[in-house]
Amino acid sequence: MRKFWQGALMSGAMALAVAAPVEAAKVERVVSPGGVEAFLLHEPSVPLIAMSFYFKGGAQFETAATAGLARMTAALLDEGAGDKDSLAFRTELEDNAIRLGFDANRDGFSGDLRTLSANRELAFELARLALNEPRFDAEPIERIRAQSIAMLRRRENDPNTLAREHFFRTAFPEHTYGISERGTIETVSGIERDDLVAFIQKQLVRDRLHVGVAGDITAAELAPVLDRIFGGLPATGPAPEVAAITPLGGDVLVVPQAVPQSVVFFGHPGIARQDPDYYAAYIANYIIGGGGFQSRLLQEIREKRGLAYSAHSFLLEAEHSPLWVGGVATNNADVAESIRLVREQVAGMAAGEISAEDLAGAQTFLTGSFPLRLTSNAQVASLLVGMSVADLGVDFLERRNAYIEAVTLDDLHRVAARMFDPDALLFVVVGQPQGLEG
Amino acid sequence: MTLRSLFLATALGGAALAMPALAPTAKAQMFEPETFTLDNGMEVVVVTNRRAPVVSHWVWYRVGSADSPPGKSGLPHFVEHLMFKGTENLAPGEFSRTVARNGGTENAMTSNDFTAYFQNIAKDRLELVMTMEADRMANLRLTDAEVYPERDVVLEERRSRVDNDPGARLSEQINAALFLNHPYGNPVIGWYHEIESYSRADAEAFHAYWYHPTNAILIVVGDVDGAEVRTLAEATYGQIPGGTLRPRQRLVEPPPQVARRLVLEDARVSQPSLSRAYLAPSQRQAGWEKAHALDLFAEILGGGSTSRLYRELVVEKGLAASAGAFYRGTSYDETAFRLFAMPRQGVALEDLEAAMDAVLQEALDGGVTELEVERAKRRMVAEAVYARDSLSGAARIIGSALTAGLSVDDIELWPERVEAMTVEAVNTAARAVLRPERSVTGWLQAPTREGETG
Repeated sequence: MRKFWQGALMSGAMALAVAAPVEAAKVERVVSPGGVEAFLLHEPSVPLIAMSFYFKGGAQFETAATAGLARMTAALLDEGAGDKDSLAFRTELEDNAIRLGFDANRDGFSGDLRTLSANRELAFELARLALNEPRFDAEPIERIRAQSIAMLRRRENDPNTLAREHFFRTAFPEHTYGISERGTIETVSGIERDDLVAFIQKQLVRDRLHVGVAGDITAAELAPVLDRIFGGLPATGPAPEVAAITPLGGDVLVVPQAVPQSVVFFGHPGIARQDPDYYAAYIANYIIGGGGFQSRLLQEIREKRGLAYSAHSFLLEAEHSPLWVGGVATNNADVAESIRLVREQVAGMAAGEISAEDLAGAQTFLTGSFPLRLTSNAQVASLLVGMSVADLGVDFLERRNAYIEAVTLDDLHRVAARMFDPDALLFVVVGQPQGLEG
Repeated sequence: MTLRSLFLATALGGAALAMPALAPTAKAQMFEPETFTLDNGMEVVVVTNRRAPVVSHWVWYRVGSADSPPGKSGLPHFVEHLMFKGTENLAPGEFSRTVARNGGTENAMTSNDFTAYFQNIAKDRLELVMTMEADRMANLRLTDAEVYPERDVVLEERRSRVDNDPGARLSEQINAALFLNHPYGNPVIGWYHEIESYSRADAEAFHAYWYHPTNAILIVVGDVDGAEVRTLAEATYGQIPGGTLRPRQRLVEPPPQVARRLVLEDARVSQPSLSRAYLAPSQRQAGWEKAHALDLFAEILGGGSTSRLYRELVVEKGLAASAGAFYRGTSYDETAFRLFAMPRQGVALEDLEAAMDAVLQEALDGGVTELEVERAKRRMVAEAVYARDSLSGAARIIGSALTAGLSVDDIELWPERVEAMTVEAVNTAARAVLRPERSVTGWLQAPTREGETG
C-alpha cells in the first residue's frame, strides 16, 4: 500500500495547487415575445426537461388569521384545472410521468415541472392550466385541508419542528416571520375558497416571477412556451406590506418535552445575499458550521466529545431579516455543555480566530465543489431560478468562483466580527435539559 | 403534491441510514454500464456520463447490518463510522479533510445488506480518492481515543433517529415482529444496549473479516470510461490481496403462522397512523417475474394519487389523510410489502383499517385489471428515465441491486421485463403474498387509558 500511496498524495497536492477552473456552463437569458424572462441551460444529453419558477411573496401575503394559506394554495394547484377535475388532472400527470408540484415559504411561492421530452407539450399545457385556471373544487379543498391538519398534528410534538417554530415566534413577535407558514389547525380550518382565489390573484403576477429551465429544450423552443404558461397572468399586483425587522435574541428558551434527547435551534442576525460582504459571510459560515466534518461545531461537539450526531449552521436569507442559524441535538445531560461550545465557537469567530489556512481550505472546497452542483437538470433549474431571484446576472456561474477567491483574510476577520455575537444568540431547547435555566 | 410526498417520505424512512430511502429497483433505467473484475476478485462497474468534469466514486461492501455478530446488532454501521478514523497513512479525520480540500463531497451509508462509501469530486481527483478508499479498506488503524467517543455519537444518532420519534419506534417494533428468526428483525442502527457493548476489538475483527476486494464492488459514474477506471483500479484496489468471498450466514425465517398486531401508545402522538407489513420474497429469492409482479401490484394498489387506496380511502370515503403501498424487491433475503394510512380527524383506526382491508380484499378477489396493469407499466417505465438525471442515483441503484444478489442485467432489462408482465402474473403473486398470517399490523396512537405514557 505505501508504495502507491506516496505517489497519489503528491498528485493530490499538485492538483490542489492548480484548482480546476469551473467549466462555465453556457446559461442563456431567454425573453419571450410577451416579455417573460427565463434563464436556460440547454443540455440535451438526457431526454428530460426541468423547469423551476418562483413568485416573490409567499407567506408575506398572509395575516395571522390566514396563516397556512400560501401552502394550502400550493397543494391545490395540481388538484384540477380547466375542464379537468382532480382525478382527470392527476391521471394525466401520473400516466405521462409528468411531475408538477408547488410549494410556498415565508418569502415566495414556487413551482417545479419535470417532464420527459416526449411529453413536453402536455406538460406545458398542464402547467399553464394549473397556474391560470385552477378549479379549487370542494372535494380537493376539504381533502387537502384534512391532510394539512393531519400534518400539523403529526408535527405538534416533534422536537425539531417545535424548536424551529419557537425560535421564529420568539425572535419575531408581531411579525409575519414569527408565524409558521404551515399555519395552525385553527387558521387552516378557516381557509375558504374565496381566500384561495384572492391569494392567487395577488401572488401569481408576472412582475414577481422568476424562471429557470435546464435540459432538452433550446432557447428558440422555450420562448413561446414561456408566453403560453405565464403570459396569461396579470402583469402586476399589490405588494405585500412587510417591514424589515431585527430578531430578538440573547436568551435561552426551554420548551419542556419528555424526550431522551434535547433538540436545540439557535441563531442571530446574518448578512443579506445582496450585501457586498455576503461571500465573506458564506466562508465564515463554512468554517464554523457549514462544512460538515471540517466545521468547528462538528469537530468540537461531535468529533472531540461525542456529544451529538449532528451540529451545523447556515445562512438563512429571509428577505426582510437575514439570519445565521444552526442546530444541535444532544442527550439531556449534555445540552448545557453543547450550548457553551456553540457560544465559545461564535465568540472565537467574532474575535478573529481565523487563520489563512482556514480561509484557503474553505475557498478550495467551495470553488472545487461547485461543478458538482451542475450534474442534474433538476439541480440546475433550481440554481438558475435562485440566480434570477437574487439578481446575480446570467453569467453568474462563470463569475461565482472568482467572488469566493476574492475574499481576503482581512475581509473575513472584519465580516466575522460584524456578523458573530455570542451575546445576541437566541437558543431554543426542546427536551428535558439538565443544568439549564428556562 | 407536497403534502402527499412528505407523508410517503416519512413512511419510507429507515430503509438505510445516512440517506433518504433508496430508489426501488422499479426506478432503474438502462445505464449501459461497463463491467469487469480485477485479478483479486473486486467487481467494477463504470457508467460514463460526460455532462460535467466530475465523478461519483463508490465502494460497496457485501455486508450489512443483518451480518452483525450475535449480540452486536448494528456493528456494521459502527464500523462505517470508524472508517473515517484513520489508517496507517492518514490521521483521524484526514480522509474527510483531504476530500474537502480537493473540492469533494463524501458520505457513507449502511443498510441491512450493504455498507457503502462515496465521494463526488472533480475527475482529476479520482485517483486520489481511490487511493484513500483502498487505504482504509486495507490499513484501518483504530485507537480507544477514537472508538469510544464515536460509540457515544452512534447512541446520539439512535436517539435522533428512533428514540425521539414515536413513528420510528413503531417501525422498529413492526420489523422486530415481522421477522421471527432472521436478523432483519434487528434495527440497522442496532439496539441501544448492544451499541453500548461494542468494543474496539469487535470493530477490528469485523473489519478484518469483511473488508476485502473480493467482498467489495467499485462503482464509478461520471466523466470517465472503463479503460481509465481499470488503470486506476489496478494501481490502487488491485494492489490489495483478494481475500475470500464471505458467505452470508444468516438465520432462516420460518413460514409465518399467525397475524400479529401491535399498538404503540405515546403521549406525544396527536396524529394516529396505521402501518402493515407482509413478509414478501425478494427478487433474488423469487426471481424477477414475481418481484416485478409485486412492484406493479403495489403501484396499482397504493402508488400515487390515482391508486386504489388513495382514491377509495382519501378521496371517495374521506376517511384518510393519506394512504398507500410499496414493495422493495431489492433485498438479499425476505423483504416486506407494506401498506400505510393516516386517518382524518375523528376517524377511528379500527374503521380505517377495516376500509383498507376492504380495498385490499377487493383487489385480491377481483384482481387488478388489464387496463390498470398497462397504465402502471407505462408510468413506471417512463419514471425510470429520471434515474439518469443524476450521477449518484445511478450508482445507488446499481450498488443496492448488486449487494442484494442481483446482476447488472437485472437493472438493464428492467424496462423490457416490466413491459412483459401479465395481469395474471400480477394477481397470482399478490394472492400468494398478501395473506393475513404473513402480516404485522401496527397502530400508533395516544394513550387510551389514564396514567399511561409512552
